[in-house]
Amino acid sequence: MNKKLLSSVHGEAAPDKHPILTDPVFLTDLRKQMLKFATLQLSDGHLAEDAVQEALIGALKNANSFGGRAALKTWVFAILKNKIADVLRQKQRMVNVGSLLREDAEDEDFSALFDQKQFWHADERPSAWANPEAALHEGQFWHVFEACLDNLPEKQGRVFMMREFIELDSSEICVAVGITVSNLNVMLHRARIRLRECLENKWFLNEERAS
Amino acid sequence: MNCREATRLMSEQQERELVLRERLPLKLHVMMCTGCRNFGQQMHTIRQIARTYAKNEDKDGSA
Repeated sequence: MNKKLLSSVHGEAAPDKHPILTDPVFLTDLRKQMLKFATLQLSDGHLAEDAVQEALIGALKNANSFGGRAALKTWVFAILKNKIADVLRQKQRMVNVGSLLREDAEDEDFSALFDQKQFWHADERPSAWANPEAALHEGQFWHVFEACLDNLPEKQGRVFMMREFIELDSSEICVAVGITVSNLNVMLHRARIRLRECLENKWFLNEERAS
Repeated sequence: MNCREATRLMSEQQERELVLRERLPLKLHVMMCTGCRNFGQQMHTIRQIARTYAKNEDKDGSA
C-alpha cells in the first residue's frame, strides 16, 4: 500500500475509533483483491490502480459507519464497481478500431463440443453439478473460478465481466465495446460455454478434489 | 432444435425474455436432453457465482 493512501486513510477516518483501519494486513489484502478485480476488467494496470485508489479513499471516508469487515468490504467493492463502470463508459470514446477487428480471430470452433448435427458429443454433455451452493463457501473454488475466467479469450472475458460483475445492460456494453447486440450475444454464449466447461472439469467433476 | 441452438437460447435468456416461437421448441428440446437441462441450470448457477464474486462476500472466510 502506498503512503499517500495510508495517510489519507488515517487522516480522515479517525482510526482510533475504528480498529479495522489500523490493521495494515487487512487493508493491504483488501487492496490486493480490489486490484485483481479491477485489472481483470479494465485490462490496464494504471486505470485499475486509479479506480482502486479512488474507491478506497471514497469508501474509507465513511468507514466509521460500518460495523465489521464484511460490511466494509461489500461497500468498498460496490464503490469500486461504480468506478469501473465509469472508466468503461469513458473508454468508449477512445475505442480502438484495431482491437475491434481482432474479434473475429476469437471465432472458435465448437466441433470439439458438438457433433455434425450440433448435438453434444457424449463425453462433452454437461453433467449435473452437485451442490453448487456449497462451492461458494470454499476458498479454493474461487481460485478455480478466477483461473477459468483467465482462460477466456480476452474480449469474451471482458464482456462477461461487464455483464455479470458490473451488471451493465446489453446496450451499455455494446456502446462501450463498439459491437452489436448480436455480436455481444455470441460472445456471451461462448464465454458461458467455456466457463461452464472449465468449472465442471476443474471443480464439479474433479475427482482428486473429492477424494 | 439442436443442442448448440438450445445453449445459445439459454444464454440469451440471461439477457432478454425469449419469444414464444423460441420458448416452445427450447422447452421441448430441454425435456428430452439431459445435457441441455443441466446447461440451463448452470446458466443460473454461473450468474449466481459471478454476482457472489463481485460482491466479494464469503469468498475466503476472512470477511
